[in-house]
Amino acid sequence: MTAIPLSHALVLACILFVIGFVGVIVRKNTLFMLMSLEVMLNAVGVAFIGAGSAWQQADGQIMFILILTLAAAEVAVGLALLIRMQRRFRSLDIDKLSQLRG
Amino acid sequence: MLLLALLPFYPLLSFLLLAGLGKRLSWHAATLISVGSVALSAISSAILVYQLSSSEATVISVHLWQWFSLAMGADIGFSFYLDALSAVMICVVSGVGFLIHLYAAFYMKSDENFNRFMAYMNLFIVAMLILVLADNLVLLYLGWEGVGLCSFLLIGFWYQEKANVLAARKAFIVTRVGDTAMAIGLFILFDWLGQLNIQEATQLAQQNWQVGSNQAYWIALLLLGGAVGKSAQLPLQTWLPDAMAGPTPVSALIHAATMVTAGVYLIARMHGIFLLSPEVMNYVAWVGALTLLLAGIAALAQNDIKRVLAYSTMSQIGYMMLALGAGAWSAGIFHLMTHAFFKALLFLTAGSVILALHHQQNIFKMGGLLKRLPVESSLFAIGLICLIALPGTSGFFSKEAIIAELWSSPTAGAQLWWCAIIGALVTSIYSCRLFFLAFLGESRNQSGLHLCNANRMRLPLLALALLSLFGGLIHLDFSSVFSLANRASEAVANARANEPIWLHPIAIAMPFVGIIFSWLFFSDYRSNKGQEIPYKATGFIGVCRDGVGFDWLYDWLLVKPYCLLARLNRRDVLDQVLMLNAWYARLWYGALSATQNGQLRWYAAAIGVAVMCLVGVMAL
Amino acid sequence: MSWNLISLETIFYLAGAVAIIASLKVVTGKNTIHALLYLVVSLLAVAVCFYLMGAPFAAGLEVIVYAGAILVLFVFAVMMFGLAKDETRHAPQATGLSIWVGPVTLALVLLAILIFAIDDASIQQKLTANIVGARQVGALLYGPYLLAVEIASFLLLAGLVAGYHYAKPDGQGGHL
Repeated sequence: MTAIPLSHALVLACILFVIGFVGVIVRKNTLFMLMSLEVMLNAVGVAFIGAGSAWQQADGQIMFILILTLAAAEVAVGLALLIRMQRRFRSLDIDKLSQLRG
Repeated sequence: MLLLALLPFYPLLSFLLLAGLGKRLSWHAATLISVGSVALSAISSAILVYQLSSSEATVISVHLWQWFSLAMGADIGFSFYLDALSAVMICVVSGVGFLIHLYAAFYMKSDENFNRFMAYMNLFIVAMLILVLADNLVLLYLGWEGVGLCSFLLIGFWYQEKANVLAARKAFIVTRVGDTAMAIGLFILFDWLGQLNIQEATQLAQQNWQVGSNQAYWIALLLLGGAVGKSAQLPLQTWLPDAMAGPTPVSALIHAATMVTAGVYLIARMHGIFLLSPEVMNYVAWVGALTLLLAGIAALAQNDIKRVLAYSTMSQIGYMMLALGAGAWSAGIFHLMTHAFFKALLFLTAGSVILALHHQQNIFKMGGLLKRLPVESSLFAIGLICLIALPGTSGFFSKEAIIAELWSSPTAGAQLWWCAIIGALVTSIYSCRLFFLAFLGESRNQSGLHLCNANRMRLPLLALALLSLFGGLIHLDFSSVFSLANRASEAVANARANEPIWLHPIAIAMPFVGIIFSWLFFSDYRSNKGQEIPYKATGFIGVCRDGVGFDWLYDWLLVKPYCLLARLNRRDVLDQVLMLNAWYARLWYGALSATQNGQLRWYAAAIGVAVMCLVGVMAL
Repeated sequence: MSWNLISLETIFYLAGAVAIIASLKVVTGKNTIHALLYLVVSLLAVAVCFYLMGAPFAAGLEVIVYAGAILVLFVFAVMMFGLAKDETRHAPQATGLSIWVGPVTLALVLLAILIFAIDDASIQQKLTANIVGARQVGALLYGPYLLAVEIASFLLLAGLVAGYHYAKPDGQGGHL
């Protein structure tokens, strides 16, 4: 067992997650939405690491590595789409993407 | 038998041809088809009457097909029943109808909707023939409704004028009230007797109900309601003067000779039930008498020639009702026949006059027509003397026959006799007023005469004039039809023997009194030298002119409250209740479509809310 | 030195507070680059938390990969493709000392707690008793989670291809 109780780590994770979630919902700029998503992913990572260290197993860190990989791929694709959006709509307002084509 | 079966179908075929081929038929073809079909019907009627009178049988009946069958073993079939009563009716309808069709062919020659007009006229003849030949009440009701429909179509023939359409609508609605009463009567009759075949129902009623019984009272009363509507008697008489908005041949055929007599025919046909209810017969007599006086007074105040004749028709049908109410069945039907002759003559001649004066109908703007249109004037005079019932004319025979039976009748009496006498006086006064204003004196109308087709139109008029003058000599034998009534007359015979001797002389003298009175009172009309005659339709005269206040009464009693209710219910309360359904659906549509707005952040928030709910549910 | 009042938990709470405050400033920021840099601060604070929870390998990875690669990618993309343009246009241009205050405070706090954590013997002793080291993680990665590693590489390949394809300039066959 570690000196830091699992519940504390999970509380931190929850707070960060909620902050990220609020950011996703409130911000109109797609870039900020992506950043808030990163915050959320990070919070999830905190939860995993906390759990892994509470049970003294490495699985938590493995999960965190996979999350990291996911975040990397997602950021790459997301930024590419953002670039396309900027070119097409001349703005990054997510509400401009509310119509299906045709 | 085949002749009887085919009788109404010649005009029906003609109607279908004219309706189907429409404007493609030339005037000659249309006239040939329409007038020819009615001529065929007239000839068939004549042959049938000859057959009926020369055979020993008193009835010819033919069953065409079964229409439908009701419970209790009553079958309603398309069957025709020809006895003396319907024989008279088919002769009048097809004979006078033929003459009127012939006249109308020339009268309406220049109208662009000629084919439609003749089609409707033929349809009317079909419906009327079915009405008088029907052997069961449902088929009779079919004819009844058919004539109502044709009346509507023909009054509103020139539908581009709003006034005509309103008049047609008024006619239809007022007669509808009567029709509803009659329908209720039929329903009750079927419920109580289980039969709608006329002869069998009458027999059952005679067997099962007492004289003066409650059931007979109600059935007779409801049938009277129907008759009153169709025949324009009190209280449903307001539609007839307005119905003069239709073309003159229509007024002649429907509103003088035939349709308005349908009510009289109904009562005569159902006399078996009426005899079981002396109170209703009394009502019939009083309705007739009051209508006859009211219409006579109204006719005194009119300025339109056709309206005078319309009120005159109303008044004469009042005579027929009075006759039936008093139990003088044969006299009533006889008067129906003679009235058809002279009223058709009067209307058609009035039509010729109107046409000749370029559609001028106001008698105060006529005058001096005796010199300008001698033929028409003399024909009109012949019609009027029949109407007034001067001795020797057909009108005299029929009217005297009625008046003779009033004093001693158990369901009429001295008061009604006096009503009839005063009615005769008023009839002669308004007839003379009409004649003096329109035909005597000097012309107040400066325009030239328009006389195309006048000669050919005079032929049917001459035929009708001959019938009016000598039709009284036709002997009608209704003994087989009204056999039930003859039984009752034995008690009456005693009363008749004790009548005062001054009854007959007064009745015969009345028309002459009227003529003398008019000669003196309306002297300025008959000797007018071409100056304009003032016509003040104010006060009492104004009320009389407008149907003696009945139109005003009905307007305030029925029309205005109804319109008020319609206005209040503009948003239609029931419709709003049903619209709640739509409102509810639209509410949900609004709510649900708001969730599909395409915005990513909204969807993300929704997911978050869902997760919270899930977590909340799991935590609790 | 033994600052007995300041224990492992306290440092953890401080680092957590820094992470939270930095995240708040990310979410509510007006200027894109500033927000990105605040995100970096947040990630660094979380790395400190990992270290304090006895996962140094994860802490290292967090700093190197997440803050050092992914966010740098973010910053480069934003700067090169002008994605920050419309935000900064409307943002009020704050100049002067006020813009230095926030970040400096946060960074100094982080620095302080990190130095303290490394320095304090009792904290170190508590930490070393409970770490899950790189060796254990590696053994798992090459053992039971081998397939997961391969799949992760697929994911990265897909991300690479998609990123290249979508970010191509128009006219080179790139169409959305």
